[in-house]
Amino acid sequence: MASQNLQSVPAELSPEEVEREKAGQAYFERIIAEDSRIEPRDWMPEAYRKTLLRQISQHAHSEIIGMQPEANWITRAPSLKRKAILMAKVQDEAGHGLYLYSAAETLGQSRDKMMEDLIAGKARYSSIFNYPAVSWADMGAIGWLVDGAAICNQVPLCRASYGPYGRAMVRICKEESFHQRQGFEILLELSNGTPAQKQMAQEAVNRWYAPSLMMFGPPDDDSPNSRQSMAWNIKRFSNDELRSRFVGMIVEQVKVLGLELPDKDIRYNEETRKWEYGPLDWEEFKNVLAGRGPCNSQRLERRRQAHDDGAWVREAAAEYARKQAEKEYAA
Amino acid sequence: MTTANSGNMEHDTDFAHEGHGDISVGVSGAGASGDGSASATRITPGNALRPEDIALEVRRGTAKPSEDVAEYALRLGDDALILAQRLGHWISRAPELEEDVALGNIALDQLGHARSFLTYAGGAWDKSEDDLAYFRREHEFRSAHLFEQPNGDFAVTIARQLVVSYYQYALYSRLMQSADPTLAAIAAKAVKEVDYHRDHSAQWVLRLAGGTEESRRRMIQGLRLVWPYVEEIFEDDELTTRLAERGVAALPSSLRQEFDNRIAETLAEAGLDVPDVPQSLGGGRAGRHSEHLGYILAEMQVLAREYPGASW
Repeated sequence: MASQNLQSVPAELSPEEVEREKAGQAYFERIIAEDSRIEPRDWMPEAYRKTLLRQISQHAHSEIIGMQPEANWITRAPSLKRKAILMAKVQDEAGHGLYLYSAAETLGQSRDKMMEDLIAGKARYSSIFNYPAVSWADMGAIGWLVDGAAICNQVPLCRASYGPYGRAMVRICKEESFHQRQGFEILLELSNGTPAQKQMAQEAVNRWYAPSLMMFGPPDDDSPNSRQSMAWNIKRFSNDELRSRFVGMIVEQVKVLGLELPDKDIRYNEETRKWEYGPLDWEEFKNVLAGRGPCNSQRLERRRQAHDDGAWVREAAAEYARKQAEKEYAA
Repeated sequence: MTTANSGNMEHDTDFAHEGHGDISVGVSGAGASGDGSASATRITPGNALRPEDIALEVRRGTAKPSEDVAEYALRLGDDALILAQRLGHWISRAPELEEDVALGNIALDQLGHARSFLTYAGGAWDKSEDDLAYFRREHEFRSAHLFEQPNGDFAVTIARQLVVSYYQYALYSRLMQSADPTLAAIAAKAVKEVDYHRDHSAQWVLRLAGGTEESRRRMIQGLRLVWPYVEEIFEDDELTTRLAERGVAALPSSLRQEFDNRIAETLAEAGLDVPDVPQSLGGGRAGRHSEHLGYILAEMQVLAREYPGASW
């Protein structure tokens, strides 16, 4: 890794600058080797900065776009208690988006720019939010499966080598576990309800099972960025490893729910000590990623519209703040 | 339910201790938060009164509203519920993420107040908060017209919030001394939250009025749109007169002076005038509503009515 990074030092640096770069790089490598934390002012390789910026901003975008399928049910939640829980959950997601944008900003990009990229369709977010939430039971399945998968992914990120990211993840993970629990409770209640409610729950699990497994990303042999992220202590476990753990977790939980996972191939392999599952439709995954999911265009349009409709409010707030500062300066 | 996560976690003890996300809390109902019975609905910390506590008292018979008190609680609950329903629509559509959070917070507070008032009201008729929210028709709702006014643009929502929060602050401050201990307890919790709503709306009125030409124009228009519905919330009738005489209710007209004074202060600071517009006739307290309420209820009640008797 050292020689690779040396090559990235531009040739036109003065000798002092080259020394500084070398010292920074040595510090970075020592921190990574010690499994300690890099902070915003520390020297870091450009590729490390870019990788993190991409990952954290995508994560933030996912929180923000992920508000939509659930916000879709706030006004129709079937009891006031469920309505309160759902509102609190969607509100938490806005909060998660805020911490994550702040963490990403420490890497040198403004939230405005990130939002601009999202609306322009230049940035990615978790593909799963391009599926529609068509029934109330989807609120349960999203909480249980989608948030459950997110937790499996995110718990190891609490130890990510970049300090602001790891710290943001600690708080987010605490709230995510509440989210998963509320989803599980919704499904449990439906499963123990009328036959029509139970069917609603089963259909939601059928819809969200495979997309939630694909949230961990492509199989390891088709995941080009994973190796470097693991070397940098950003990512701790491979996509397939996390996916297998997730399957092992939900295969037990689904029994408590009295529902079934739509996958007859799930089994625990004693030799590899890993959970195995049936084939996933990676073609569909690529299609949704490429913008051909059922809701890609709707989700972005909604974000764009909220952003555009709010432009005059943000301008007013900025202008008011400027005038106030001017008054204080004059006084 | 603990079996749900014990199985495979034995293979994965390192993972369970990986970080702070304690996935086991996800379904076992105990653990990291330190309060196994904590519910995600418990949005107010400490020992604040929750709708569940009121429901328990109602069941035990330690809190039993008279017909009059129940009618009064129904009015307050319906106001808060319809507003929560309106505000909930903003979540994921606000001008800034910070406002998604803020408006969501206010909606949640209102919903919490609604649940408390409706739970208490239902005690008189053996009905739950959900019976009252989901299985009444338009003419059975007792909310004032102000609360069902459409969100409009952000300025209209802020104008409605200004009126509501100043009114509710005056109301709940007085209700804290109600002779009815349950109403007093609900008000004592609500007043702290409404105090924040008041600050939120006043700050935005100042920003929008003093921001750009466009924001000022929209703020003025927003105030003009909601002002016709101010009169109704301060109208007395037989019920409030009877209850006020017994020290249970705050007579609506008696809150008007404080409301006018505080509104005048805030609008003066923003360089705005109190809108001079005709006052609408109202009628919400008697079940006469605008066209808006039908749509609000259609959306709110659709799922519950599709599965009558179901538990969620």
